Amino acid sequence: MKKIGKIGAALTLSLMMIMISACGNGNGNNGNAAAGNNKAEATAAAETDTTGNDKEAGKPLVLGFSQVGAESGWRSANTKSIQESAKEAGYDLKFSDAQQKQENQIKALRSFIQQKVDVIAFSPVVESGWDTVLKEAKDAGIPVVLTDRAVDSKDKSLYVTFIGSDFVEEGRKAGQWLSDQYKDAAEDVNIVELQGTTGSAPANDRKSGFAEVIASNPHLKVIASQTGDFTRAKGKEVMQAFLKANKDIDVLYAHNDDMALGAIQAIEAAGLKPGVDIKIISVDAVKDGMQAASEGKINFIVECNPLLGPQLMEAAQSIVDGKTLEPRIVTIESTFTSEQAKEVLASRQY
Amino acid sequence: MNRMMKHYLFWPLCVLGALLLFNLLYSPDFFSIVLRDGHLYGSLIDILNFGAPLVLVAIGMTLVIATKGIDLSVGSIVAISGAIACLSISKGSDQSSLGLVMTAILSSLALSLVLGLWNGFLVAGAGIQPIIATLILMVAGRGIAQLVTSGQIITVDSSTYEYIGAGSLATLPFSIFIVTAMLIVALLLTRKTALGLFIESVGSNPTASRLTGIRSNMVIISVYIFCGLCAGIAGLLLSSNVSSADGNNAGLWYELDAILAVVIGGTSLNGGRFYLMGTVIGALIIQTLTTTIYMIGVPPEITLVVKSVVVLAVCLIQSETFRSTIMTRWKTRNYPGEKEVVRHVR
Repeated sequence: MKKIGKIGAALTLSLMMIMISACGNGNGNNGNAAAGNNKAEATAAAETDTTGNDKEAGKPLVLGFSQVGAESGWRSANTKSIQESAKEAGYDLKFSDAQQKQENQIKALRSFIQQKVDVIAFSPVVESGWDTVLKEAKDAGIPVVLTDRAVDSKDKSLYVTFIGSDFVEEGRKAGQWLSDQYKDAAEDVNIVELQGTTGSAPANDRKSGFAEVIASNPHLKVIASQTGDFTRAKGKEVMQAFLKANKDIDVLYAHNDDMALGAIQAIEAAGLKPGVDIKIISVDAVKDGMQAASEGKINFIVECNPLLGPQLMEAAQSIVDGKTLEPRIVTIESTFTSEQAKEVLASRQY
Repeated sequence: MNRMMKHYLFWPLCVLGALLLFNLLYSPDFFSIVLRDGHLYGSLIDILNFGAPLVLVAIGMTLVIATKGIDLSVGSIVAISGAIACLSISKGSDQSSLGLVMTAILSSLALSLVLGLWNGFLVAGAGIQPIIATLILMVAGRGIAQLVTSGQIITVDSSTYEYIGAGSLATLPFSIFIVTAMLIVALLLTRKTALGLFIESVGSNPTASRLTGIRSNMVIISVYIFCGLCAGIAGLLLSSNVSSADGNNAGLWYELDAILAVVIGGTSLNGGRFYLMGTVIGALIIQTLTTTIYMIGVPPEITLVVKSVVVLAVCLIQSETFRSTIMTRWKTRNYPGEKEVVRHVR
């Protein structure tokens, strides 16, 4: 017994050591990266000091960007787009990853202010709590651009513009395509809807935009609507239940591609043909979704575009040039039918 | 009748029966099962198929809870095992080859065993409170799963792998056979050998058990390993059902559903006794409830409220104290003194 206890303790210890060393490694890397960043920032600061803050002609525009993190493929594509388009435009991009934490992001913004960058851009981790740091930026005379996510600050003068997707518009586009398809419908068209995570902005807005457009046609009826939590597994489970509860489903509207992909499996298991027996509309246009669309399983995809880098650079340039900007810039987003999806599939970046 | 009511499966079965009866009244074709493309198709089959992973996790959880422990890390193990399997399959050139899929399955099951062992050592070896010991892996494991999948959803295109969670054998979903096999193994091990008695005695009093010659620590470690294995298999079922691994969402809050299933099944969180069949019924109740909510079209905003009300009702019906209180009240309802008291209170 004692022996086993000892072996157990030894094994536990060694396992813990492995864990700790692994964590240590991770931290080390982070530390290094952070140190690297600091170094870069320090040298950058030194540079600005030597040039004496005077804006010389030909000196590249300095853009400070604070990203939320790297939680999804969408976000990674977003980061890549911003880094690449900054390089293309010849701007000096100071990139900082907040790792989903607001305090990291506030620190990054303060360091941007200290370095006196020309423009600050960031995707806020959360909506609230930005007034103080944005005020500091305003006092320092540095314009701020929000990307992808908004802040709930009452003082709209704290930032110049907000570049991001309009989820309501995405819902409208989905609804518009459907109304066009069933313009001359004489019978009722039964629609089922897979909503995103209950209460999230994309779910609320995509639902309301869609409902707003299809209201014009009395034949278009949403007969069932349930949340699928934006996940494939839930999408499949809920669609299975929909198929059992409703004998005659004509259209499926899913708030993102993953739920549509899960639902496609459910439809196939029911012996129906997705895209033919049940028309499918989805939002996002990620790679797997586009793949399904090119196979004709999804009929229509509304894009939710993470590639807002070029628009951000354009906005930064306009701000520096002293032009006035719209307080809301909507990301350029397209839509894809099955045929269009087939054409562009190879060139999709995410 | 009285003896029947005393049976531990009586109340869980009543609740399951009530749920099914409600469905029968609400939509009569709930029970219709048709043969389609060589496999059975219907709501009841769906419940069994989607409920399979939960039943599996809950079986492992029952044994852990029987030792007065708890395993919060099962949801994370579900995510890790699915992620590892899908990652290794997605790297292969021929994704459907049996060898590749077997390697992937075995490696993720081996890892689940190691994770279970880790929990067991923390609890039995290091003497950490089970809820804290497994909380470590619950948090860290989610991170590991995201690391494995690099935060993305890994999609695999493997008909062999898909068979585990979505295929059918003899017209029934294959997952049902896996779960039945694991259930029989657990039942035989605990009820036909002394192991079940050991688990119960360790759950009642580990020190006394050790003094009577039971290796308490070994018993505890082995139940955590078994629980890890069950969660690992559940992860394979879940990920193969949708042919993809999602490190962020797979098995999220599974541990709570599993604990609920165990409790509904009549097993006490204080350890010392356990009812595997009760757990199975409990898990089926949860899955039936979920399916029912989807079928009758409860708005998503109040889904959780409906679910919690039903769960509350189930737990109240289960509670001996509550039942006897109600019965006493019922019997003494016309007692004048009580009315007097009530009037004064109001």
